Amino acid sequence: MSPTFLYTLEVILNGLMAGVMYALVALGFVLIFKASGIFNYAQGVMALFAALTLVGIQQGQVPFAHLINAVFGTEVRDFGWTVPTLLAILLALGVMVLFAWAVNALVLRHLVNQAPIILFMATIGLAYFMEGLGDLMWGSDLKTLDVGLPSGGSFWLEDVTRGWAAEGADYYGMYIDLLDVWATVIAVALVAALMLFSQYTRTGRALRAVADDHQAALSVGISLRVIWVIVWSIAGFVALVAGIMWGAKLGVQFSLSLIALKALPVLMLGGFTSIPGAIVGGLIIGVGEKLFEFSVGPLIGGATENWFAYVLALLFLVFRPQGLFGERIIERV
Amino acid sequence: MRLTRQAAALAAALLAAGPAMAELVFPSLDYRTGPFAASGIPFADGYTDYFTLLNERDGGIGGEMTRVLPCETGYNTEKGVECYEATKGEGALVYQPLSTGITYQLIPKASADGIPIHSMGYGRTSAANGTVFEWVFNYPGNYWDAASIMTQHAKDMSDGSLQGKTIALLHHNSAYGKEPIRTLETLAEREGFDLTLIPVDSPGQEQKSQWLQIRRERPDFVFFWGWGVMNQVAIQEAANIRYPMENFIGVWWSGAEPDVMPAGKGAHGYKSVNFTGVGTDFPIFDDIRTHVVDKGLAAGDGSSVGQVQYNRGLYAAMLAAEAARTAQEIHGTSAINAAQMRDGMEALNLTEDRMAELGMPSFGPAVEVSCANHAGPGVALVQQWDAEARTWTPITDFIAADRELIQKLIDEDSAAYAAENGITPRDC
Repeated sequence: MSPTFLYTLEVILNGLMAGVMYALVALGFVLIFKASGIFNYAQGVMALFAALTLVGIQQGQVPFAHLINAVFGTEVRDFGWTVPTLLAILLALGVMVLFAWAVNALVLRHLVNQAPIILFMATIGLAYFMEGLGDLMWGSDLKTLDVGLPSGGSFWLEDVTRGWAAEGADYYGMYIDLLDVWATVIAVALVAALMLFSQYTRTGRALRAVADDHQAALSVGISLRVIWVIVWSIAGFVALVAGIMWGAKLGVQFSLSLIALKALPVLMLGGFTSIPGAIVGGLIIGVGEKLFEFSVGPLIGGATENWFAYVLALLFLVFRPQGLFGERIIERV
Repeated sequence: MRLTRQAAALAAALLAAGPAMAELVFPSLDYRTGPFAASGIPFADGYTDYFTLLNERDGGIGGEMTRVLPCETGYNTEKGVECYEATKGEGALVYQPLSTGITYQLIPKASADGIPIHSMGYGRTSAANGTVFEWVFNYPGNYWDAASIMTQHAKDMSDGSLQGKTIALLHHNSAYGKEPIRTLETLAEREGFDLTLIPVDSPGQEQKSQWLQIRRERPDFVFFWGWGVMNQVAIQEAANIRYPMENFIGVWWSGAEPDVMPAGKGAHGYKSVNFTGVGTDFPIFDDIRTHVVDKGLAAGDGSSVGQVQYNRGLYAAMLAAEAARTAQEIHGTSAINAAQMRDGMEALNLTEDRMAELGMPSFGPAVEVSCANHAGPGVALVQQWDAEARTWTPITDFIAADRELIQKLIDEDSAAYAAENGITPRDC
């Protein structure tokens, strides 16, 4: 095979993997929008907050240490213990559930029946509040997140594919980051779990009922408040997964919240109400932007990925305004 | 009678406010929050701790207490300009914007207001020309110096010749990241190497395409101009593709502890240029511990003391303090103003002996500034990351940039700026 063909294949594979990482973030947006019609601007910050909380718990950091020291003149920083990864993940999940409850009790409950733009504004406020809270609780220094996932190029794949190129060609084998492979496995498991949950559990069916029609769901005795807490908790869990995967890549730092920017074109393309749409949208955006950068980037100076993802999403929007898998908008007058 | 008492009270209040007015005010446009906080915090801590040390140990500078005026910019240009406007009326002596974007915006404003800017190793490179940029200083070095020094180091590693070699510049796709391109293109022509430009859009969280390109093309060296999260991702990706880290060389804004830590052992061997001392093995740190940290007066929690960005903040504060001292000597007054501070900066002559006196022997290059040369010496060392020991180690002495080449570029660029802005260069 020609090296150019193999390089193209490598770009496509890596694009697919990058797309999975984008889809992980997009999933959280979809869950909340589907159940409550709220575009949750705070989803990126939720991923940051979840990752900060996980590292803080894992490393035995005292929350609000800076504040405690300033008020009481103490010098506390950590408890002197570390928490095993799995337990830390469960505790961080507990914090996200608590957060979901607090958001509903303190914010959303008071905004029921308000226009979507009001709810959207509320999530903007929430995002900035959470960023400040995360800073106050865990500090703004960069933290290293190690949950035991392997990273780096796969030697095995490199060795296997090195011989695929034509004799004498300068080819080093195909590259795939093991962390991306794990992200893919985890994303597939996550989507499967979400599907099973919504199809086969009572709560899942209630979630779908609320997503389909709030009023009808209320009329059969489904509590909207409870459902919203559950949805925000699940979105918190998805944010934790996204925070772990991105945090393992970048380190846990405040720029983690900006990964939301990567999810927006995925949502535009896949639709705001479809879980498979988020996944397929992520894959299309990932492959599309990487292939464009590979083939056209060098001709126009490179750094095309950020804007090309949006161009691609816009193109899809022109033909399917509801997104690839979004519900078709039919309004009869 | 009541009026007299009120007048007396007012007079007393004014008298009481007198000494406060004479404080030497050093605004600190810092960023302790947001995506760039990991780098902003230690710099701000170092900058603040040095002035605290001077107050606690020496009673300020020349008998005048100093006051650091912090303002959070979040590394956001608009907020930086707001900070400038909000603090300039407080008797600000010199601004250290710590952002190329903010510096570009402040150059015309500060020049009009008569307040000097010290963009130490960043900002507009051609501000090195003091005949055009009267109020802007970028000593001890600028981006073009860094590009020249990195090329010199690569040349040393290649047995004295870069003929036929390939160098990729992985850069932030912004004014900051594009600064070295012109210098490197000129150097590529002269030294005979091929230069590939690989831009990364801000913030740089996703660099897979760029590193696949590097893996395909296998350049002999990768020069790196990143900031914030772009640094951590690039170093992680370089480790992932197993790029030889000793051939991966970052500018001084891409070589601090937070940049290499997330990549763990994979970052071992990564290099960057640096113009400040590394570690805490300098006498000044004993004083900082005694007079600042142990008294609970440190700006941070003390954990960043000795880190690359902390030391850089410390060095920046020391340069500002020494310029203020020079200004006091020139003008015969301890309560200097911004214009006098500018004179002090332009007359700064920081020798090795003086740095040793300050407890900072060879902590950074000796700096001599003049009316025409606002860039100082243009030297930097190369440091390498040891992932086992988690320390940076200097592996070269200070290397001088090719100032003959750079001065030509500075003259061209500053002449263009002067023409665009109707500035008549000063006679120096």
